[in-house]
Amino acid sequence: MLRISDKPNLNTAANLVVVAVLMFAFVFVVMVPLYNVLCDALGINGKPSGQSYTAVEAKVDESRTVTIQFIASNNEGMPWEFAPSTTMMKVHPGAVNGTVFQARNPMPNPMVAQAIPSISPARAAPYFHKTECFCFNQQPLDGETAAELPLQFIVDQDLPRDIGTITLSYTIFDVTDMAGAAVATR
Amino acid sequence: MVFKAKRLGMLALGPVLLLMSVFAMAAGGEVSEVNMSPGVTEVGQKIYDLHMVILGISTIIGVLVFGVMFYSIYYHRKSRGHKAATFHESTKVEIAWTVVPFFILLAMAVPATTTLLDIYDNDDAELDVVVTGYQWKWKYEYLNENGENVSFFSNLRTPQSEIDNTEAKGEHYLLEVDEPLVLPVNTKVRFLVTANDVIHSWWVPALAVKRDAVPGFINEVWTNATKEGVYRGQCAELCGRNHGFMPIVVNVVSKDEYSQWLAAKQQEAAEIKELMAQTFTLDELMVRGKTIYETNCLACHGANGEGGVGLPIAGSAVATGDLGHHLDIGINGVPGTAMQAFGGQLNDVDMAAVITYQRNAFGNNMGDTIQPIDVYNHKKG
Amino acid sequence: MGDHHHGPAKGFSRWLFTTNHKDIGTMYLWFSFSMFILGGTFAMIIRAELFQPGMQLVDPEFFNQMTTLHGLVMVFGAIMPSFVGLANWMIPMMIGAPDMALPRMNNWSFWILPPTFLLLASTLFMEGGAPQAGWTFYAPLSTTYAGPSVTYFIFCIHVLGLSSIMGSINIIATVMNMRAPGMTYMKMPLFVWTWLITAFLLVAVMPVLAGAVTMMLMDVHFGTSFFSAAGGGDPVLFQHVFWFFGHPEVYIIILPAFGVVSQIIPAFSRKPLFGYDSMVYATASIAFLSFIVWAHHMYTVGMPVSGELFFMYATMLIAVPTGVKVFNWVSTMWRGSLTFETPMLFSIGFLVLFTIGGFTGLMLSIAPADFQYHDSYFVVAHFHYVMVAGAVFSMTAAVYYWLPKWCGRMYNETMGKTHFWISFIGFNLTFFPQHFVGLAGMPRRIPDYALQFADFNMMSSIGAFIYGASQILWLYNVIATIVAGEKISDEKVWDGAEGLEWTIPTPAPYHTFETPPKIDPAHAHS
Repeated sequence: MLRISDKPNLNTAANLVVVAVLMFAFVFVVMVPLYNVLCDALGINGKPSGQSYTAVEAKVDESRTVTIQFIASNNEGMPWEFAPSTTMMKVHPGAVNGTVFQARNPMPNPMVAQAIPSISPARAAPYFHKTECFCFNQQPLDGETAAELPLQFIVDQDLPRDIGTITLSYTIFDVTDMAGAAVATR
Repeated sequence: MVFKAKRLGMLALGPVLLLMSVFAMAAGGEVSEVNMSPGVTEVGQKIYDLHMVILGISTIIGVLVFGVMFYSIYYHRKSRGHKAATFHESTKVEIAWTVVPFFILLAMAVPATTTLLDIYDNDDAELDVVVTGYQWKWKYEYLNENGENVSFFSNLRTPQSEIDNTEAKGEHYLLEVDEPLVLPVNTKVRFLVTANDVIHSWWVPALAVKRDAVPGFINEVWTNATKEGVYRGQCAELCGRNHGFMPIVVNVVSKDEYSQWLAAKQQEAAEIKELMAQTFTLDELMVRGKTIYETNCLACHGANGEGGVGLPIAGSAVATGDLGHHLDIGINGVPGTAMQAFGGQLNDVDMAAVITYQRNAFGNNMGDTIQPIDVYNHKKG
Repeated sequence: MGDHHHGPAKGFSRWLFTTNHKDIGTMYLWFSFSMFILGGTFAMIIRAELFQPGMQLVDPEFFNQMTTLHGLVMVFGAIMPSFVGLANWMIPMMIGAPDMALPRMNNWSFWILPPTFLLLASTLFMEGGAPQAGWTFYAPLSTTYAGPSVTYFIFCIHVLGLSSIMGSINIIATVMNMRAPGMTYMKMPLFVWTWLITAFLLVAVMPVLAGAVTMMLMDVHFGTSFFSAAGGGDPVLFQHVFWFFGHPEVYIIILPAFGVVSQIIPAFSRKPLFGYDSMVYATASIAFLSFIVWAHHMYTVGMPVSGELFFMYATMLIAVPTGVKVFNWVSTMWRGSLTFETPMLFSIGFLVLFTIGGFTGLMLSIAPADFQYHDSYFVVAHFHYVMVAGAVFSMTAAVYYWLPKWCGRMYNETMGKTHFWISFIGFNLTFFPQHFVGLAGMPRRIPDYALQFADFNMMSSIGAFIYGASQILWLYNVIATIVAGEKISDEKVWDGAEGLEWTIPTPAPYHTFETPPKIDPAHAHS
């Protein structure tokens, strides 16, 4: 019916379909990874790096003291008892510090937990290095057993001068089902 | 024409003055029903000033633009015999109305930026409070350098009968809680905001604080109330069924009163520990249990245990069945359902009372009592 | 060239298999009107519950389903398809094309809509009810904590996205390839321009929404953790992805409305649009800016201060091109020869109320002040001023403006003006008091409220019932016009109207511009 050829229309349509498909892919291959990179770099949400920090030999800055607060909370439906053994520590930038969190699985069955760290103020997150943390891995516990979960960290000497207090929060999630599924698919 | 235009300009000022005076009048009082309140913090005052300035600028621009428009609507109508001009496009005019707004915006951006930087200055807080959003209540935990943290839940206190319109509504309908957050006056308080399940948002207008509570992450925000009083707010982010029923009440008191309150709270915690060793009669547990039931269970399980979001309790297999199983559900919840783990929310005395209540109220009449020590033992396995 | 002067086929198969842009446009318009009524019914239930403090009619869960469905149905079912319908009818007639570029795809993009909305509405009767996480469906409320209907909801969003993308591809292909000889880009009517830019926005961001709901689907059913902190994801990521779609989306809704008003105001001012070029550039800059301001919906989420500042400045900038548009419309009216038929009344209503919505938008862009406004009724008032008084008023104006052309019959002017005044009063009575309760501290999406908000809420509910009822008058007027309106045959229905659509016979024949019209190269844009 149309006097003009369909060809330019189909070309335009094909190009636009490519744009739409690229935009769909953009969400997965650009937005999600980019967001994670930005979170790491800027400490958005106080999300610290999920990887272990390889300590570089650094001088301890004895002249400066930073207060570290520890908070623990359970996500919904997580019955574990979970608490820091100390709620507050005073540390020097550059020094290696250690503490433990107490966890206990009160249920009769074994469970797997994942602790998610979050740091406040968020801009301190890039300066808070964990050399050892229970949050790097999922934490299984047999029924009705307790464990001490170790944490080792260094506060960077380059921590901005105006930050005097850093709060480290762990939220513990029940990932028994997820971990089970991962085992099953393996 | 010139005269007319001038008179029109005077007319245009009328509504501006009227609007401003309405708002100014409202601002005189503490809480306004038509305008933002400056609240009781310096930041709140700055935000309020910013709000009024931008509202003022907008109103003036609006009056000018609409003034021109209504002038045109009146004088340039065809029915008055006005002939249409043919002019269009004028680079000078168009540049002017691009550049002038730009500079107005620039002028707005300056105070906005300084206020924002002020809000983000979280350092040197004297008191840290962890605020955790739950479906549908708030938990407050005071971080304490020496000794144990004080922590408690804050539930809606308005009775269901007022919500259902079977009883007259009280003065603070939907804005009252069983245990308010207590803060000392003239103290920089830092809130560490997080959530237990979905996203909530902690908003107290008078403190000029609104921060999203995101599960798994903490956000921080601070306030410094300069005036004692009771300030009320609500959850601002849709969080499910009872989003409208999780208010916030903040009691700002003198520093002395605050220390007394904190000491009393610590004392209370110690007393609970003592109570845990005691044995209660069925009646004592029933009285305590009823209150606990009404604040924690009623919303889902109904005033008469008839159920709702949750399963019925009246005549249920759990409440009339094995005691250990009943305790287990109360303490650990039922994963994957709306039934939360109350083990961390209620102390052992309250847990014992509410389980006893559930087993003996609503015609369940099991006749058994649960003592705090039973709860303690159950928790420890 | 054969016998292509045949009329439409008879019966239902005419509508089912039609590839005619006018038929498809008509179907889009009727469908979107029925969705407007459905979404409006949900709004009436919301306002009825909020008439007084206390829970009277529905339970909070159902209330949340109502707010969610009201938003989804109005945005995706009423406003967007109505402008697509208008584009179908008008774009070929405005650029001198015989039909849309891809007529068969045009048919599909319409016909997948009705079953999708049927499915979405049917979730109301499912166990666990319809989606109830709001039209912005923030995770994890919409994922981990959602009922079984979330899967159907995700499917619906996918299909709606597909329909919008197909519709946009069609519009872009039509505008790029099917313009009559001599119809250069800078001669196109502004409605065509705004739609061309809108269509590009749609192709760019509907796939992003599809990506967001795909991630939700994977989180719900396939054990991924895009939006769950437990598996290393982040609920805030959802908001970033959603608003990366969502902010351009609000311009998708409002830009065609700008286009409509830019056609109608010059017609009834009997004077050309003041600054055509600057209107085109302003539209393009608004579209560009819409991609870099999304996080102003998330000021309270806990962004770094640098992020807050960036999004605040970028958002404030939008006031500049938006101002250019408003100034242009007013200057077009200035020293014109104005008459106030119903389309003009609705356009002036649009101009005044949209500008008020623009001012509150500017206030909301100020991050520190937004800490008080965010998620309060102030926001509800703001976006209804731009969505209802912006998009819906301009759509209403468009129907009154072009209806006589479409069916060759004149609507009842008195009834039209009555419709305007009742709508205008009802709308303002509904939404103006919401500014006050919002500033005084009433959060949005709550089924019950404290006593100090009672008076304004009652006012708001009464206004909503008035506004809702006035739409029945509109429906009656349109049907009465189509069935028994006074017949007209002038090509130009309005003496001041310009453009190719006014050069064809009235009523517009089933096929138009089978021979491309001659465009006078000296004649400026219409």
